[in-house]
Amino acid sequence: MTGAAATAPQRRDRSHSLLDLHVLGPILALAALILLGTGISATNESTFLSASNISNVLSRSAFIGIIAVGMTFVITAGGLDLSVGSMAAFIAGLVILTMNSLAGTVESVPMLVLVGMGAALSAGLAAGAINGFLVTNMRIEAFIVTLGTMGIYRSLVTWLADGGTLSLDFTLRTAIRPIYFGGFGWLTWPIIVFAFVAVLGELVMRRTAFGRYCAAIGSNEQVARYSSVNVNRVRMATYVLLGLLVGVATILYVPRLGSASPTTGVLWELEAIAAVIIGGTVLKGGFGRVWGTVIGVLILSLIGNILNLTDAVSPYLNGAIQGVIIILAVVLQREKKAGT
Amino acid sequence: MGDAVTAPLALRDVDRHFGPVQVLHGIGVDLRAGEVHALIGENGAGKSTTMKIMCGFLVPTGGEVLVDGRTRRFADQREAEAAGIVMIHQEFNLAEPLTVEENVFLGAELRRGPLLDKRTMRERTAELLDRLDCRVPPTARVRDLSNPDKQMVEIAKALRQEARVLVMDEPTAVLTTAEVDTLLEQVDRLRAAGTAILFTSHKLGEVKQVADRVTVLRDGRVVHRGPADMSEHAMANAMVGRDVSDLYPAKAAPRGEVALRVEELDVPDHAADVSFELRRGEVLGFAGLIGSGRTEAMEGLVGLRPHRGRIEVDGRSVTIRSPRDAMRVGMVYLTEDRKGRGLLLDKGMRENLTLQSLPDFSGLTVDTAAEERALDDAIARFDVRAPMRDVKVGNLSGGNQQKLLLAKTMLADPEIVIIDEPTRGIDIGTKQQIYKLIRELADEGKAVIVVSSEMQEVIGLATRVLVMREGRIVGALEGDQIDEERINGLQMGLGRAAA
Repeated sequence: MTGAAATAPQRRDRSHSLLDLHVLGPILALAALILLGTGISATNESTFLSASNISNVLSRSAFIGIIAVGMTFVITAGGLDLSVGSMAAFIAGLVILTMNSLAGTVESVPMLVLVGMGAALSAGLAAGAINGFLVTNMRIEAFIVTLGTMGIYRSLVTWLADGGTLSLDFTLRTAIRPIYFGGFGWLTWPIIVFAFVAVLGELVMRRTAFGRYCAAIGSNEQVARYSSVNVNRVRMATYVLLGLLVGVATILYVPRLGSASPTTGVLWELEAIAAVIIGGTVLKGGFGRVWGTVIGVLILSLIGNILNLTDAVSPYLNGAIQGVIIILAVVLQREKKAGT
Repeated sequence: MGDAVTAPLALRDVDRHFGPVQVLHGIGVDLRAGEVHALIGENGAGKSTTMKIMCGFLVPTGGEVLVDGRTRRFADQREAEAAGIVMIHQEFNLAEPLTVEENVFLGAELRRGPLLDKRTMRERTAELLDRLDCRVPPTARVRDLSNPDKQMVEIAKALRQEARVLVMDEPTAVLTTAEVDTLLEQVDRLRAAGTAILFTSHKLGEVKQVADRVTVLRDGRVVHRGPADMSEHAMANAMVGRDVSDLYPAKAAPRGEVALRVEELDVPDHAADVSFELRRGEVLGFAGLIGSGRTEAMEGLVGLRPHRGRIEVDGRSVTIRSPRDAMRVGMVYLTEDRKGRGLLLDKGMRENLTLQSLPDFSGLTVDTAAEERALDDAIARFDVRAPMRDVKVGNLSGGNQQKLLLAKTMLADPEIVIIDEPTRGIDIGTKQQIYKLIRELADEGKAVIVVSSEMQEVIGLATRVLVMREGRIVGALEGDQIDEERINGLQMGLGRAAA
């Protein structure tokens, strides 16, 4: 009691300083990576800062990025979702099968594309709702629930593809390519959608009652319950939102290759969770920031990109470097905790 | 001081700084063998810091700690324990899923070869509990024990470490009156056996009952020390630094119509057949031992627990399945557990204040400017004292946390307010403020229920008292009938008063 009250002033000085490493850490790391990339590309005349390279990096980050924004809400509210990668693969398979089977009866290609999008979104919504229902109403640990659904969706897509690959009808494939590759010059649709989702997510997290409730539930579920917060409904909403965003990511992903296979979306869940953590959201919940997640996503994809530009380090070490960054991020987080 | 007896533990001119803030100024305390020494003071007066220095959790920044007259500098609490100085924490330091014997020997398990010598440990534990007159089996799980039994296990653990000095941080805070008596008996016994005991409590009656000597702290300084023959009133005045003669505001007779009628409320496994009426302007007290179902009945009433029964608010029958439903009909519940269920300790005051009424502060987005205004009002009305406006609530003192919790609950603008343990673990100055606030609520025409284990509080605040025992209301007392003896008799099951 006395100790806590008395030590309060010095602590505040640190945790509220703008120079707090916890706030600046991810930004500094990103800046360092960009400098590193620029330096390397200057020495070997590669194209790190070219519009096409940046566009390429951002477009490819968009899938994980959009999912990671949803994951930020789930983790902030004290949850977790391991199923998003398998869910994306399953939804991709479902969309492809739906569009292929309707290709004979529906003439209009735009109509077919709309149906495909609708299928993706409703499948994502349903999958998220199933996770949410099992976590909230059935009171099963999020880790267990989503470990289960992760296996189920992965197995379902393997079964749908009969162990091989599900490919979109050729004419359709050509028709929908612009959804991934098109846009306004280097500003492709995936980048636009990612930016939109990120900005909206940041606003919701920071400015709305829903965002506040997520943090409150993650901080102490009992306090939220005793404060008349409908804990189950908010929790459910985070999983549904994430499912919906997995649907959105899948809509952008399918046009890229026009196919889905048992290896689609493998490890996406871990990359998304890693991005959230690198961004400074607390893994056990109670505090989350979407802008941090966006930076986390960019850091992870820049590492891969830079390794591809240089021979100094083998690209095969990509995973190792990402791993080091994730652990470092958590160490920083803990130091912040120690001062709380 | 200065007498020939060497104290097993003494502090001399102890200072302690936290960064630039000095919280202790030249503290001197002697703990003598076979004496109970009470350390009293308001929250934030420096009691906890003093105790932590005694037990090796903190080092002093000035002055010295003497053990048997020799200067010692404990690197950590283990070294202090090795010297026979053991602290019993306010929040129990027991591993809940383990058994009593496992807890008593935690970290010092007896072995026979590579294996644990369970039999000897069990026998020794039984022996220690016997000495304390505690009838808990050594094989019981600590999480299944009542609070006083847990306290006994803590003491048994201290005895196992052959403690010569026992530092007890508010050991009675979570105990009911009868349980306190049992504990104080044990303290007597330890004193007779020659243990030096430091005892802190906000309940001055206990201090008077058990202590041989008293040291009063205020703002990190010793403002009084001497034999414990001073009156409670004098102790309170010394602690607060002003006269606190009228702790409880004058009662007023309820004048309003019935705001809440509860009939045959059942909360499965906890409370049954609870029926009562509550009028506007009334403060209705709920007395009873811990575990008598008071809290559970209230939690059932506001939809935190499943319940059956009829509830009428302002004459209209209502269905309450969640705290949200309760809030909609103007009824709120203020929990007894402010740290675990009341406040988000890692968030600021603003987020905590508006959490319950957030819909009132948000359209599409949350209106933080309006929140700040609400915080201004709350700080002014409830006298919340924070060192900085953006302080994390966990760093506020217990009294200020309680005031913030009250402010948060009142922000929902309720008509029926249920307050569970309004002043648990907070100092007398803040208690007085909270009692006044409760009285003001009633005077404004709100209907108030106060659930409390502190009998004086129920007697001082309530115009009518219902006593619960084993999940049922066993009696109702009104006006002059409300006294300690009658309440005690009812809650112990010694008779029934006319309902």
